[in-house]
Amino acid sequence: MTWWLPPQASTFAAPIDWMFTAILIITGITFVLVEVGLVYFVIAYRNRPGRKAFYTHGNTRAEVIWTAIPAVTMVILGLTSNGLWVKIKGRNSVPANAYPIGVHAKQFEWWFTYPGADGKLGRVSPELIQETVNPTGLDRSDPAAQDDIVIRNQLHVPVGRPVVVMLTSEDVIHSFYVPQFRVRQDAVPGMNIRVWFEATVPGTYEVGCSQLCGMSHYKMRARVFVHTQAEYDAWLQQEAAKAKGASTS
Amino acid sequence: MSTAAATAHAVHAHHDDRSFVRKYVFSTDHKIIGIQFLFLSLFSLLVGGILAMQIRWQEGFPGQPMPLGKLLPETMASGGVLLPEYYIELVTMHGTFMVFFAIMLLLVGVYANFLIPLKLGAHDMAFPRINMASFWSAFVAGILMFASMFVPEGAARAGWTMYTPLSARHDLSGSSLGQELWSISIIFFGLSSVLGSLNYISTVINNRAPGMTWFRMPLSVWALFITAILGLLAVPVLAGAAIMLLFEQILGTHFFDPGAGGQALLWQHLFWFFGHPEVYILILPAMGMVSDLVANGSRKPIFGYHSMVFAICGIAFLGWIVWGHHMFVSGMNPTLGSTFMVSTLLIAVPSAIKVFNWMGTMWRGNIQFHTPMLKARSADCRGSSWPRRRWTCSSTTPTSSSRTCTTCYSGAACSRSSARSPTGIRRCSAG
Repeated sequence: MTWWLPPQASTFAAPIDWMFTAILIITGITFVLVEVGLVYFVIAYRNRPGRKAFYTHGNTRAEVIWTAIPAVTMVILGLTSNGLWVKIKGRNSVPANAYPIGVHAKQFEWWFTYPGADGKLGRVSPELIQETVNPTGLDRSDPAAQDDIVIRNQLHVPVGRPVVVMLTSEDVIHSFYVPQFRVRQDAVPGMNIRVWFEATVPGTYEVGCSQLCGMSHYKMRARVFVHTQAEYDAWLQQEAAKAKGASTS
Repeated sequence: MSTAAATAHAVHAHHDDRSFVRKYVFSTDHKIIGIQFLFLSLFSLLVGGILAMQIRWQEGFPGQPMPLGKLLPETMASGGVLLPEYYIELVTMHGTFMVFFAIMLLLVGVYANFLIPLKLGAHDMAFPRINMASFWSAFVAGILMFASMFVPEGAARAGWTMYTPLSARHDLSGSSLGQELWSISIIFFGLSSVLGSLNYISTVINNRAPGMTWFRMPLSVWALFITAILGLLAVPVLAGAAIMLLFEQILGTHFFDPGAGGQALLWQHLFWFFGHPEVYILILPAMGMVSDLVANGSRKPIFGYHSMVFAICGIAFLGWIVWGHHMFVSGMNPTLGSTFMVSTLLIAVPSAIKVFNWMGTMWRGNIQFHTPMLKARSADCRGSSWPRRRWTCSSTTPTSSSRTCTTCYSGAACSRSSARSPTGIRRCSAG
């Protein structure tokens, strides 16, 4: 049933697709039944010479039945769906060991901050934002920020490890969306929003901005690279060395 | 009956000495106003449709010169190839025209004005002059919106939902006068909608013909009545938000600017507090009309009239408290997301009641295949449409069944109503 959806590449994908399919099947069955009934009624009760309509104003029992069945279905769907929602988006849903990555959106690019060797992201502050010099407003006086690496339009994540994205926006509302991860979250100026996911399949994907953000919205995109942990560590070291070289030269 | 006919004749014989302008332009007659709304909404439908075709061209043949595209100025299409900024204007204005000026004016402005007094046996709206003002503010709103596409720097470019800060700051959207005209037009639109809603509500409450009790009202009037209440609760919030947005654009206030202590999400809450009820403002009148048409086309009273009324009220109430489901990923508190999800799911219940009652109405009926019924059934099928032509069933009333009279407006309503009111009801009881 999922062949027509984007490939599944995170732990959220399977349960979300399951939920989607379940709702599609329930509503699909209802749709087919109603349509079959409609077509049958149109044929069976069509106007013919001498035909008289059956006079009735309604039937309370029928009303109760077709009120109760959708109500019960909706309660079940609501509870199932809410369980999933809380697991993915709930305030306390982010696993304690999640690896933090800063994502800063601006017209029309994504800036990713990686925590370097200490595994911690440094403080950011919008007042410190400077074009090209400090695009994300990283506070370099914070010890945790010393080894942070800032990269444009490239999101690298390790496979099989929860990643928590700290979303900020500089100007307008953008939206961080990786279809294969089934993750979508708006980046709102003035807010720090956390969203987490765990990639399951190494490969290359794409972050698309999914909220109209201005003239070049259509080209606001970044590559997502899902590495094995070893590959990821090697890549991070290499980037750290590059950053060091740039700052000393 | 003969007295009523005589009265009607006397009314016809009376010479109407109003000038052409008073009669057809600045008219206080609800039928003329309904027709005026009809032409305004059809014009908007044409504009919205032409914009949609340009969007489709860009999607189907990206980067190719559009047929007749050379007629567009260089700021919109360069050598017939649509520019990115013009494409965003197309999307924005298409949504705006269709939602505000095509569908809403057609389903509420036209049908409420034309049908409510006729179906309730009222002489006119409760406040005919306010009714006229309602049309003319909608007209001003439409003209401003249309004009905004031809100003320097182009029309609004922030999508029809106008999310701030993109819509509030000219340096971010690249459009200035267009954005401001959008806000001003929506303020006029809000005024029109409030005046209209007030009128519809007052008319339904005060101007029903003797004998037309609440639960004898046709379902189409019930739907228009509840829609008007919903409109009165929702549209002023949009108009207020548009005033704030206009202040933000021209006076430099900071309602939505987080850099100065504002809140970017505030706009989304205000907008969707209107925007979701809007969905039901658009669908409820259609549902009401389908109810009447299905009853007529099946030659039966509507199945479960009372539950239909409560379903309309239920849909309207729930539709009013679900706006947050447009904001699940907006950064809003996720617990709110849960509550909005539950209230949204609940709307399925009254909606299901309506569909099943339509089915129940057709069950063992004597189903006619006249155009209104075909339209109503296709609406039943798709769940969202409305009969576009020959909406009133009086043209196709009584044929064979002895019960036809009771079915022509709604099961419960018209057969017992007094015959002294104009058109609809008299025709009905005559059948």
